[in-house]
Amino acid sequence: MIRLPLVLVFAALLFSCGVYGVLARRNAVMVLMAIELMLNAVNLNLVAFSASLKDVSGQIFALFVIAVAAAEVGIGLALVILLFRNRASINVDEVDLLKW
Amino acid sequence: MVGLVQILAQEGGESAQAIAQTAPNWFVQHAFLIPLLCFASAALTLFFGKRTPGKGPVYGILALSAGLILALGVLWGIAHNGANYEHDITWFTIGSLQIQLGFFIDGLTGVMLLVVTSISLMVHIYSLGYMHGDTRYTWFYFVLSTFTGAMLVVVLASNLFELLVGWEIMGVCSYLLIGHWYEDHANSSAAIKAFLTTRVGDVPFMFGIFALVYATGMTTSNIQVISETVAGGHVSVLLITCAALLMFGGTIGKSAQFPLYTWLPDAMAGPTPVSALIHAATMVAAGIYLVARTFEVFIHADPIALTIVSIVGGVTLMLAALLALVQDDIKKVLAYSTISQLAYMVAALGLGEAGYPAAMFHLFTHAFFKALLFLGAGSVIHAAHSNNMSDMGGLRKHMKWTYWTFLIGSLALAGVPPFSGFFSKDEIILAAKDQHIYWLMATLLIGAVITAFYTTRMFLKTFHGEYRGTEHLHESPRSMTAPLGVLAVATCFAGLLGFAPVGAPFLDWVYFGAPEAAVFSLPVALLSIVAVAVGIYSGWVIYRTYRAKDPTLNLGGFSTLLVHKYYLDDFYFNDIVRPIRDTWSAGIYWFNQNVLDGAVNGAAVAARSGSGVIMWIDRNIIDGAVNGAGTAMETFGKGLRLVQTGKVQWYAVGLFVGVIALSLFIFR
Repeated sequence: MIRLPLVLVFAALLFSCGVYGVLARRNAVMVLMAIELMLNAVNLNLVAFSASLKDVSGQIFALFVIAVAAAEVGIGLALVILLFRNRASINVDEVDLLKW
Repeated sequence: MVGLVQILAQEGGESAQAIAQTAPNWFVQHAFLIPLLCFASAALTLFFGKRTPGKGPVYGILALSAGLILALGVLWGIAHNGANYEHDITWFTIGSLQIQLGFFIDGLTGVMLLVVTSISLMVHIYSLGYMHGDTRYTWFYFVLSTFTGAMLVVVLASNLFELLVGWEIMGVCSYLLIGHWYEDHANSSAAIKAFLTTRVGDVPFMFGIFALVYATGMTTSNIQVISETVAGGHVSVLLITCAALLMFGGTIGKSAQFPLYTWLPDAMAGPTPVSALIHAATMVAAGIYLVARTFEVFIHADPIALTIVSIVGGVTLMLAALLALVQDDIKKVLAYSTISQLAYMVAALGLGEAGYPAAMFHLFTHAFFKALLFLGAGSVIHAAHSNNMSDMGGLRKHMKWTYWTFLIGSLALAGVPPFSGFFSKDEIILAAKDQHIYWLMATLLIGAVITAFYTTRMFLKTFHGEYRGTEHLHESPRSMTAPLGVLAVATCFAGLLGFAPVGAPFLDWVYFGAPEAAVFSLPVALLSIVAVAVGIYSGWVIYRTYRAKDPTLNLGGFSTLLVHKYYLDDFYFNDIVRPIRDTWSAGIYWFNQNVLDGAVNGAAVAARSGSGVIMWIDRNIIDGAVNGAGTAMETFGKGLRLVQTGKVQWYAVGLFVGVIALSLFIFR
């Protein structure tokens, strides 16, 4: 049995990688992938607590999050494709029309 | 009704206790409904009259029909139950002075209720025809109903302030109705004259009320309490005498006695039904009623008070009767005869207890026959389109109905038996004889001769001879002749109520102290019949044939004096009205120009400079605050928009920094 703190620390590192990716990467696909990292870090936490507390609802939540993440990635990638068709670029820094 | 409720079932005197005391009937207990109905109908007429079919008279006629039935019920209750009835609620209290609102019913009230409601109803019906097509038809009915309600308040009032309220509303209504056709300047002047002249009498009246309230120790203005206090003998005779004479001032004004009678002939400027209702039958009787209602005060005053009342009555009687001789306007003849007949009542009241029932009886009969005469005159004027008897003559052939009813009224006014005027006038003469006041008796008899003479003159000039006008004559519509018929019947039989051989029920209803046994004195009756016969015969001889110049104008200086109305109007105008109007008004003009206008202009200047200051404050401080708020927002917004870069990752940075800050704050 893996000890719970070990898993939590690993999940925190994973989440931090995701945050870094979201904030720092220029490529929109990479940003989406970083978001997936953060979601999976959360999933890891949910499953770990579920196993530790012997409560199955954490795993159900994890499955739910996976389903939502799949939908989110579907929409996100569709947006990226449309973006590339319009601007011939997927650099998020260049997509800044929505301002004053 | 909430509030202090008092029911005073007072005995009317020692012998009244002998009458079986039963509870007052429903009508007596609810007599206050009669004026309320009138005021309600006035309000309905004012607010809904023009939208009602027939333009509004229906409310007044219905209310007065109901009022007449109620009044008959009240009189019936009094006839079967001698007790008086009083019902008061507290209106307001000032210190020790408690002002009540209530009504007092005795025989006199009952009779007055009957007179007012019946004559007012007749006048309402009559006006349907007479005022038909008038521009202010609905308004006319509104004022008529209001007036009737006010008169009923005066009649029912249990205290003097309540009476004064009704009295003043009547004054206003009288003013409005005299000036009903105010487009003609003469009419509005007459209205102002009537209002101001009666006001001259109202001032002493009000001080009389104050004196009487003072006499009760500033506790109440209730008439019965005042009467008891005055009769109790603890009030100084001087105070009572002053109060009596001051109250009599109100009577002189309202009932048109010397020296304030000059307004009444001018009041004939109003529509004729109004003259019948207000200036002949009811309002002018209010002054007489006032004296009768507060008669204890007059009885317990120094005898000089009653003597003054008699003298005023006697003087007015002669002056007015003589003035009636030279008038050509049929309404003015009737106006002067009204003054003269009112003076009969005043003179009778001056005789004390003996004259009291006689005066009230004359008031009762006079109301009916004078209303009849005025309405008849209205019918004549309606046909001839002129007030002047010189434009009339020969109307007998064209207006049968008016002719016969007017004849009955004239006979009653002249005092021919068995018409009502004879009985009441006879009572007054008899009372004067019983009191051994022979100068008054002689005046009354001479007055009777003159009355008979001018009545004959008026009648012959109007209805006999040949028609001298140019109008196409016609009988008046049914709505005008029907009231004439009703009043003629009343004129024929009202007198019998006071006729001793048939029991004289009137004297059982209206008495002062104790009911008197009715007396009929044949010698006095014969004397008054002779006087009347002399008057009528001389009138017949002189006016049998029409003369273009009236014979009464051929009496030299005397005629001149009469034509100029004893120069009394000139005196009032030149020596009272004009000095006040010219000097005072000049002073008031100066005051107005300099002081009042100065104040007004000063206020304007102050307001201007003040407004300058306010403008500066407005521009700089208030507008500054408003603009400053706008500018601040703009500056803040300019700064804030730098944050919105459109770069989504900056937003994400903000989000994460916020989450971290929040978690630091929460988990510290």
